[in-house]
Amino acid sequence: MSLFRNAQKVLRENIREYGMYIALFVIMAIFTITTRGTFISSRNISNLLNQTGYIAVLAVGMTLVIVIRHIDLSVGFLAGFLGAVAAIALVFWKLPTWVVIPLVLGLGVLAGCITAFLVAQLKIPSFVASLAGWLIYRGAILLVTAGTGTIIIPDATYNAIGNGYIPDIQVIPGVHNLTLLLGVVAILLFIVNEISDRRKKLAYNFEVLSTDMFILKLLFMSGLIGAITWVLAGYNGLSWTVVVVLVVVAIYHFVTTQTVLGRHIYAIGGNPEAAELSGVSVKKLIYVVFGSMGMLSALSGILFSSRLQSATTTAGTLFELDAIAAAYVGGVSAAGGVGKVIGSIIGALVMTSLTSGMNLMGIDISLQYIVRGAVLAFAVIFDVTTRNRGK
Amino acid sequence: MTPPILEMKNITKEFPGVKALDNVSFSVQEGVIHCLVGENGAGKSTLMKVLSGVYPYGEYSGEILIRGVPQRFSGIRDSEKAGIGIIYQELALVPEMTVYENIFLGNEIRRGMVMDWNETIRRASQMLRKVRLDINPATRVKDLGVGKQQLIEIAKALSREVKILILDEPTSALNEDDSQNLLNLLRDLKAQGVTCIMISHKLKEVIAIADAVTVLRDGRTICTLDAHKGEVSENVLIKNMVGREINHIFPPKEHQPSDEVVLEVRNWGAYDPNLGRKILKNINLKLHKGEILGIAGLMGSGRTELALSLFGNSRGYHLEGELYLHGQRRQFSHPHEAIRAGLAYLTEDRKGNGLILIQDVKQNISLANLEEISRNGIVDNNAEVKIANQYKMVLNIKTPSVEQKVMNLSGGNQQKVCLGRWLFARPEVLILDEPTRGIDVGAKYEIYTIMTQLVQQGMSIIMISSELPEILGMSDRIYVVSSGRIAGELSASEATQEKIMQLATD
Repeated sequence: MSLFRNAQKVLRENIREYGMYIALFVIMAIFTITTRGTFISSRNISNLLNQTGYIAVLAVGMTLVIVIRHIDLSVGFLAGFLGAVAAIALVFWKLPTWVVIPLVLGLGVLAGCITAFLVAQLKIPSFVASLAGWLIYRGAILLVTAGTGTIIIPDATYNAIGNGYIPDIQVIPGVHNLTLLLGVVAILLFIVNEISDRRKKLAYNFEVLSTDMFILKLLFMSGLIGAITWVLAGYNGLSWTVVVVLVVVAIYHFVTTQTVLGRHIYAIGGNPEAAELSGVSVKKLIYVVFGSMGMLSALSGILFSSRLQSATTTAGTLFELDAIAAAYVGGVSAAGGVGKVIGSIIGALVMTSLTSGMNLMGIDISLQYIVRGAVLAFAVIFDVTTRNRGK
Repeated sequence: MTPPILEMKNITKEFPGVKALDNVSFSVQEGVIHCLVGENGAGKSTLMKVLSGVYPYGEYSGEILIRGVPQRFSGIRDSEKAGIGIIYQELALVPEMTVYENIFLGNEIRRGMVMDWNETIRRASQMLRKVRLDINPATRVKDLGVGKQQLIEIAKALSREVKILILDEPTSALNEDDSQNLLNLLRDLKAQGVTCIMISHKLKEVIAIADAVTVLRDGRTICTLDAHKGEVSENVLIKNMVGREINHIFPPKEHQPSDEVVLEVRNWGAYDPNLGRKILKNINLKLHKGEILGIAGLMGSGRTELALSLFGNSRGYHLEGELYLHGQRRQFSHPHEAIRAGLAYLTEDRKGNGLILIQDVKQNISLANLEEISRNGIVDNNAEVKIANQYKMVLNIKTPSVEQKVMNLSGGNQQKVCLGRWLFARPEVLILDEPTRGIDVGAKYEIYTIMTQLVQQGMSIIMISSELPEILGMSDRIYVVSSGRIAGELSASEATQEKIMQLATD
C-alpha cells in the first residue's frame, strides 16, 4: 500500500510535468476501447506518428518562439511554399534530393531571419510581422504553382522521407527486427542515463525520487518505449519520418537543456531586461530562434510534400495553428520562459491522436474541431491553475 | 483665523512590515501654496495617495476634513467630487488622443448618448487659456513637450473645478523656462482661489513660491513653517529633512583605496531619444582601485541613467564623452562587452530587470558568466551547482537548495542572489544601484560587510544610494548628482547629510 501512496504523492507533486503523459495515455486508452482495438493497431499507430511528423517539427520550433515571448504565424504557408520549391527543384530543375534538401532548409533559415529582422531591428510585433509572412507565403505558393497546379513528385528517394521505413535485418520473421533492436538500445540508454543522473544528484545531496518510485518510473518509461517499439515492429517498423522527428527532438532537447544557447533563450523568456543586462543579446537570439523556426518550417514542408508525393496549392493550411496548439497543450507558457521541447511533442501527439481516434470512430469533422478546441482550452486551464497552486 | 480648507489628522498607514505614515497631521489654509518636502521615502506620496482616495477609507487610520467636514473617500472619484485633483510625476495622459479629448477624458460632455464635441472643444479652449497655453486643442498630446503636457494635466484638473490641486514633483522633468512658467501659473491659480499642495525636491522653488511648508521625515510630520513669518530658508528645511538618526551600524573601515585610477569618465553626456532631452550633462568622475565611491542624489536625478550608460548603454541613449578603463579608452555597445571588460551592474529594480524570478538560484547566479562553466557551448551542470553552492555559502543565502526558484526567496536573499551573479562575473568595477533597497537591517549589514571585503581584495565599487546614512557610512568619496550633472564632490571626512542634501536639491 505504501508503494501506491508514494506513487500518489509523487504524482500530486509533479502533476504539471506528468499531466500531459497521463492525458495522452487516457486519450489513447479511450480510443482503444471505443474503436475496439483498431486505434492501438500497429498500422494505425504507425500512420498516426507519420501524420504527427510535420506538425511535430513545427511545434518544436514554435516552443522556442513562444518561450522568448514571440509568435510566428507564417510557418504553415512557409512550409507549404518551401515544399513547392522542393518539388519544382526536383521536377523542373532536375536537382537530386541531396541538393534539394539543404537548399530548401537554407531558404527556410533565410525566411526566418527576414521575420527576425522585422522583429529585432525594426521592432515590429512578431504577430504582425509573421502575419505579413503568412499572406506573402500563401501568395507565393499560388504563384509558383499557378502554371502547373499540383506538382507530382516522382523522385523515390525524396518520397521515402514521408512514406518509407528503415531497412530490416531478417532474423526473427514476422516483426521488424532492427526496430526492435533500436527499441532495446533506447531503453538501455535511458536506464543508464537515468541511473547516472540520479547518482550525480545524490552526490550533491539533491532531492531525488525514493528508490521504489525511481524503479517504478524506470519500469513505466521502459514499458512505454518497449510498447511503442513493439507496436511499430508489428507493422513496417520505424518510418523515416519518425527518425527525422526523433533526431530533431534529440538535438533541440539537448540544446535547450544543456547548452549556453538554451540557457540564454530561457533567460530572455523569463525576463528580457534582466537577460540583456546580464550580457545576453536579445536581438541576436531573436535571429537564432526565428532562423531555427524557418529551418524547421522547411523541414515540415519537406516531410509533408514527400508524404503526399506532391506539392499542392493548399499545402500548409492551418499548420501554424496546429503547432501553436500543440505547444500550449504541451505546457508552454504564453508569459514566456517556460516550456519544454518534449512537452510540445507530446502535445502534438495528443492533438493528432484526437483527430485519428475520432476519424476511426466516424465522428463528424464539425464535432472534431469542437473537441480539439475544448482539449486545448482545458490543457491551458490545467496549466495555469496548477502553476498558481505552486506559488 | 479662518478654518483650514483641508485638515488631515493623525493619519497612520501601514504596509506589511513598514509604517509608511505614523500619526501624520497636515493642515492647509484656503488659497495658499503649501509645499510638502522630505527625503525619498519620507511618506509624501503616500500621504497624497491617502488624500486622493488611492488608499480608500479603512486602509488607514485618522481623519480627513475638508472645510471642517469629515470625508471618507472610497476611491479617486470621491475625492474628485470633493474638489481634490492630483497630478502625478508620471503624467496620466493618453498620448494618441487630442488635447481636448484628454482634458475631458472620464468627464465627457454629452448630449444624451452622444459626445458634444463642439462644446468639448469650446470648453477645452477656455481651460487652455486659463493655464496660458496657446495651442490648438486638436493637437495630439504626443506632439507636445513635457512642459506643455504638464499644463494640460492642470487644465484637466481645472475642468473638474478643483478646489485643492496636488502636484507631485511637477518640475522634476522640466527645464528652467518651463519650470518658471509653471510656478507663475501656480501663482495665477492662487490668485483665482485655487489651493495648491506641491511636493518638491527643489528647495529653491519651494522657497520662491510657498506660503507654508510642511516637512515629513520617516513617516512623521516634523514641522510646518510659515513663509510669511520668515521661517522658511534652505538651511532650516535641510536640517529638518535630514535629521534622521544614523541607527544603522556599518562595518569598520579598514581598507585604504590606492591612487590607481581604474575607471574614468570625461565630459560624459547622454541624450534619451525616447524622452527627447538630455539626461546627463558634462559628467567627469574617477574611480580608484579599492575604493567605495558613493553616488548620492535624489530619485530621478540621473544616477541610474549614468550607471546604465556606462554599462553597455542597454537603453540606447546617444552618448558623448569618453570612458577610460585603466587609462585605455573604451566603448561598449552592449552590456556583454562591459561585462567582458570587467564591469558589473547590480540593478536598483531586482524584480523588474534583475532576477529571472521563475528560474532557480543557480541559474540566476550563473547567467552573466556561463562561459566559465561551459565547454564548446555545453553547460557543465555539476560545475554550476558547485559555483552556486559556493556563493550560497559566501553570501549566506538562505535557501533550502540552489534549485529553489528565486521568487520563493525573501527580498534580502533575492538581493544576495543578484549580488552572487555579479560576483561570479568576476568584475573589477562593481556598480551597486540601491544595494540595500527594501531589505531588512540584518541583510543590510551583511551586504555592507561583503562590500568592505570586496574592496579589500582590490575591487572598486560605485554605490548609488538615496539613503544618506548609507552613503556616509560606507563611502570613501562621494559625488552628488542633481539634474543629470555632478553637483559636487565630497570626501568622506567633509561630507554631512546637510551638505549632500544641499547639493542634491540644488
